Amino acid sequence: MNNKENKTIQKRGLGAKASRRLGNTVVYVLLILMTVIWMFPFFGIVLESFRVETTGQVSYMWPKQFGLDNYTRLFKETDFLIWFRNTGIMGVATAVFQTFFILSMSYVLSRLRFKGRKALMNLMLILGMFPGFLTMILIYKVFADLGLTMNMAPVGLIIVYCASSGMGYYVSKGFFDTIPKSLDEAARVDGATRFQVFYKVIMPLSKPIVIYTILMGFMAPWGDFMLASYLIHENSAGMSVAVGMFEWLSKTNVNTHYTMFCAAGVIVAIPVTLVFLMLQKYYVEGVTGGAVKG
Amino acid sequence: MKRLNDLDYLKLNKASAFLYKLKLFFCSVPSYFKKLGLAILTLFKNCGLAVKDEFVDIITTFTKGNWAVKLSFLIFGFGNFYYGQILRGILFLVFEAVFFAYMFVPSGGLYWLSKVNWFQKGATVGTVQGKFEYDMIYDTDIWVPGDDSVKVLLYGLLTVIFIVAFVCTWRMQVRQCRICMNITAKGKKVKSGKDDLRSVLDDQFHKTLLAIPLGGIFAFTVLPIIYMVLIAFTSYDAAHDGFSNLFSWMGFDHFNELLDFGEGGLGVAFGEILSWTLMWAFFATFTNYFLGMFVAIMINKKGIKIKKFWRTILVMTIAIPQFVSLLYVAKLFGSSGLIGKALIDWNWLPDSMLAANQLSLWQNPIASKILLIVLNIWVGIPYIMLMATGILMNIPQDLYESSRIDGASVWQQYSKITLPYMMFVMGPYLLTSFVGNLNNFNVIYLLTQNNQLINTELGTPGGVSVTYTDLLITWLYKMTLNSTDSKYYMASIIGILVFVVVAVLSLVVYNVIPSTRNEEDYK
Repeated sequence: MNNKENKTIQKRGLGAKASRRLGNTVVYVLLILMTVIWMFPFFGIVLESFRVETTGQVSYMWPKQFGLDNYTRLFKETDFLIWFRNTGIMGVATAVFQTFFILSMSYVLSRLRFKGRKALMNLMLILGMFPGFLTMILIYKVFADLGLTMNMAPVGLIIVYCASSGMGYYVSKGFFDTIPKSLDEAARVDGATRFQVFYKVIMPLSKPIVIYTILMGFMAPWGDFMLASYLIHENSAGMSVAVGMFEWLSKTNVNTHYTMFCAAGVIVAIPVTLVFLMLQKYYVEGVTGGAVKG
Repeated sequence: MKRLNDLDYLKLNKASAFLYKLKLFFCSVPSYFKKLGLAILTLFKNCGLAVKDEFVDIITTFTKGNWAVKLSFLIFGFGNFYYGQILRGILFLVFEAVFFAYMFVPSGGLYWLSKVNWFQKGATVGTVQGKFEYDMIYDTDIWVPGDDSVKVLLYGLLTVIFIVAFVCTWRMQVRQCRICMNITAKGKKVKSGKDDLRSVLDDQFHKTLLAIPLGGIFAFTVLPIIYMVLIAFTSYDAAHDGFSNLFSWMGFDHFNELLDFGEGGLGVAFGEILSWTLMWAFFATFTNYFLGMFVAIMINKKGIKIKKFWRTILVMTIAIPQFVSLLYVAKLFGSSGLIGKALIDWNWLPDSMLAANQLSLWQNPIASKILLIVLNIWVGIPYIMLMATGILMNIPQDLYESSRIDGASVWQQYSKITLPYMMFVMGPYLLTSFVGNLNNFNVIYLLTQNNQLINTELGTPGGVSVTYTDLLITWLYKMTLNSTDSKYYMASIIGILVFVVVAVLSLVVYNVIPSTRNEEDYK
């Protein structure tokens, strides 16, 4: 009896090993397939950007003739550099201000207890349910009066991106929630003011979330199309890359601008991707640590 | 319905256990609504009680207070001065002075308030219509500007908010006077201006930190949202832009137009777009969720090497700005794109599409919807994968060990351990991502704008032509930006309805999923 049981366990053990190897092979195949699918567009864009034989869209992948024509055209014939500069400025400014807004908001909601805290959080939850785009109707009117649209749109957009950013406190609040309360209490017992607790105790511990917030702020203007297109209209000097490049793929422009779009895409993607990959560790920490706690 | 105890429940076979659960769920629905109704009733009751308390408190403050407190009912901060809180006294007094100055100067608060004609149906917002008048000097008609409805409404709204702030401040300083009186009566000292300044970085530190972010939220979210709600009751559009033509109050007329399913109403278009929006949000959220989790489990599987590499590949797609990758991918599937052309050459398009001369997936209503959901998986999986990885690592490994010893299969481990755990932690995220997908402008607009497939059966609802794949958010975007009519009022109404949909959904979900109950649990 005992012997028999032993045997079955042995048999199952062997089977499990074999089946695990099989399982791993399947997983590897799936992962490689996935890598191909996910990387395919990026290779496509890079190859497309070096294509010389045509400026429009073609149905084969490998360029017949490689060259830098698209890049030289990009810098000589278009306002791309202006758009790039605009977006860069917006990215840096948004990163700075947004970080300040979000961190103070989330710190207060996470670590301080005061009257009306719950009500405040509920209010922001409810406000978040309105489509944010609609606020642009009024903001556009006011900004137009103040001269913050068209050429000055980058300034207006920085204000729009930052002003309400306090509502996106969830991720960093989740992070602050994980820092033990006893640290604050110990510091308070030692006579620190709340400001000192914030500045000298919590902030040094919060490097990952600070970097995460900066990263998110920096990336926001690169990806935003909806709000930017509203404030900028068709004014080239105030455009961000997203709004400027969007027009290149419209039905009238696509045949002359398609490969140039890809070249511009490569140039836009390089700095953002580099920054992102460098700080990836913090991004992953932010997303996995904070986002799921709501 | 009778609840079974655990033992009886375990005795049931699978089918009847399922039936039992189903019955339990449906039986709980009425009681759920009853609970909801009760909660709302209690809310109202509590509000009423709070208001009553306030009034009682104000009256007792007046009757029991000394002359300084009584005088502070009229002169802001008088009590503060009396009890030696000079700093607060000055602030209150200045506030009162500014308020009255603003209200009574010519073209101040009262002037704007009187111009708005609040909610009088048919009345214009603003009273003086600008017009062309003959001018002797230039010998031609020149434009004599009148009121600008947009401005009139904005200033009117700001004035109302100022009045509310005034009443609140009045209430605050009256209460403070009373507290001062009570403290002095006990023989203690009231807080000095120095104490106040010190507390800015200490006891009141939350106010210091919150001041700027909340100010921003008020000016750029709260105020515009209230304004937008008001706009929904007016006729603000390109023809009535408020400047060259005043717009007027319409009551619920436009709401009726949107919900009118007959000829000339927008009901049919609205219903169609809303149903696709909901369908899209559902599929986009859940396909991403399950597939992202699946990918995370695959990468985390024991024995899989270079985990970091696989993750980095996916994370890179987050780094590259969406408009680059999405616009490119949209073109790939176009009729002259790499994949689109291949589909034609290899005869992979269904005959029904070829017969209708639809040469790319974007040109078929159903195919384009499916394609959008598939492409959204491509966009969304990396995020979910990252999040799920974090959670997977947190699941105690001994759970898996002990279940394996008990003979659980991989599928059982997944459905009994992994999934419930994930559901618990990611419940709130699922809701936010559902709401995010309802308003997912980027994916829909960037993928379909250059491959428009106009839904001609719907005509031009709200002055714009809509595609089969338009969400409510892209519809209202087009309405305000891409159209010559610019029906702002209709955009506002749609915005309000989006809010209603989201609010109802959230309310239900928040009451169902367990992990939203207690935030302190995580600590």
